[in-house]
Amino acid sequence: MRDLHLSLNQTQRVRLQAALDQLESDASSTAAAAASVTVADTIPVNHEDNILKGHGTSDLDGQVVATLCGVVERVNKLVYVRALRSRYKPEVGDIIVGRVIEVAPKRWRLEINFSQDAVLMLSSMNLPDGIQRRRTAVDELNMRSIFIENDVICAEVRGFQHDGSLHLQARSQKYGKLEKGQLLTVPPYLIKRRKQHFHHLEQYDVDLILGCNGFVWVGQHVDTTTKESTLLSDEPSDKEETNNAVPPETRRNICRIANAIRLLSVIGLTLSVESVTETVEESVRANVEINEMLSAEFYVQTVEREAQRRASLVRKRR
Amino acid sequence: MEYVNPLTGLRIDGRRPTEMRHLMGQIGVVSKADGSALFEMGNTRVIAAVYGPRQLQIKGQQMNNNEALVRCEYSMANFSTGDRARRPKGDRRSTEISLVIRQTMEACILTKLMPRSQIDIFVQVLQADGGTRSACINAATLALADAGIPMRDIVTSCSAGYLCTTPLLDLNYAEDSAGGPDVTVGILAKMDKVTLLQMDAKLPLDTFETVMQLAIEGCKAIAQYIREIMLQNTKQLECRRGS
Repeated sequence: MRDLHLSLNQTQRVRLQAALDQLESDASSTAAAAASVTVADTIPVNHEDNILKGHGTSDLDGQVVATLCGVVERVNKLVYVRALRSRYKPEVGDIIVGRVIEVAPKRWRLEINFSQDAVLMLSSMNLPDGIQRRRTAVDELNMRSIFIENDVICAEVRGFQHDGSLHLQARSQKYGKLEKGQLLTVPPYLIKRRKQHFHHLEQYDVDLILGCNGFVWVGQHVDTTTKESTLLSDEPSDKEETNNAVPPETRRNICRIANAIRLLSVIGLTLSVESVTETVEESVRANVEINEMLSAEFYVQTVEREAQRRASLVRKRR
Repeated sequence: MEYVNPLTGLRIDGRRPTEMRHLMGQIGVVSKADGSALFEMGNTRVIAAVYGPRQLQIKGQQMNNNEALVRCEYSMANFSTGDRARRPKGDRRSTEISLVIRQTMEACILTKLMPRSQIDIFVQVLQADGGTRSACINAATLALADAGIPMRDIVTSCSAGYLCTTPLLDLNYAEDSAGGPDVTVGILAKMDKVTLLQMDAKLPLDTFETVMQLAIEGCKAIAQYIREIMLQNTKQLECRRGS
């Protein structure tokens, strides 16, 4: 158990062990467990086919050997090892959340969970007045008025640079600076690539952005259509912000959702909108206080609920 | 002092000459690190944390643009030895062992796959009872595997000595400070290649071969144990993640 140092009493320990055993004995997971390999394990391969050796594999005396600890995946003739707890593996078009660490000439450098920092060019960012024009030297000098160090930004991967680092773009209204919320770090393998990464949870008035790099944003809902209209008008932006302080109820909802995400990431369950909202609803139904969501009892209950959910899925399939 | 009892053939802690101490490994002990591990060999307890591959922290440091930079830092906690001594960070023994661990791990990490980045390995000794170097290398291997950094093979390390005309495997502190020879071997377990070989004091060549062979067998046994821990951890993570 990584982040939470829980002290479980005897009954909780027994219940947790039973629920974990049930998770592990599920049919699909035993198949996945059978395909697990560690470093320097030989991967069983039919040598007559021309097997393509993908990521995480290497050749040793004609045998295919794993270089990572993970699960072997086979797609037609490609054999590769999918590592679990590793850094983010970017693909073009991914939605990511990052933090600005440097303001450099004509670009911002962002920290995303990758082996190098990502670059967001000034030309890949919308100007505050919304007009599409060539960036001048004045724009370059005013870069700090757009983003400054330690700002949290949402952007999309545009491509790779020649040295392997990422090139980002934030040209749409839904990308840009994120304010009034929490940034959480989870292992990237828990976030699957889906069609939608921006979620608006209406009943809580909260925006949830699941960045593919493992950075998750939970914040007050920002209406992107009204955002566009205020940009074109002449209202000063700081007046807006002081008027719209986040109400306490929204703050509590943000904390509840953030704790649900923390809990799911510590257990090791896949993060999706459905699993997060279900955990939040369950905590409200069980009258669990927000700070008690990270306690031993709710942890054990969540694992039991997940074991039951998977068992019922297996039964439905049969 | 008789390190090997002539009547029973047992050592001072009750082990047989070719018996290793009890091993215990645990993955995922430092939450902020990309990979971490705790490794125990008898009373020697060591914690390793790996950060990386991440952006190069100091721009001038990149010598070779095609490879990752591997940095390693070894330190002993104040409370790790019998007398609580404040150890300065850059003292000679720590620098030497840091260099040794860095060279051993660099030989097995596939640095060419992660150009322009750096991998930091921090190893700290929590309890020292002989064989800290070996325990550090074993812990670093587990931590690197936890961080998902590609490696050629599992690196393991073990020490062996020669006291009272008997080759002894896995010396503890009392046997180590007896002044006899102490051979530390680090190998790539499956490829059967030696990446670390150190010895202090003197040994005749044929005895040296026996002692080194004993240490290599100890390394292979540790490699088997480490592999089991890694496999169990991988299976657990995959099962919990679900479909």
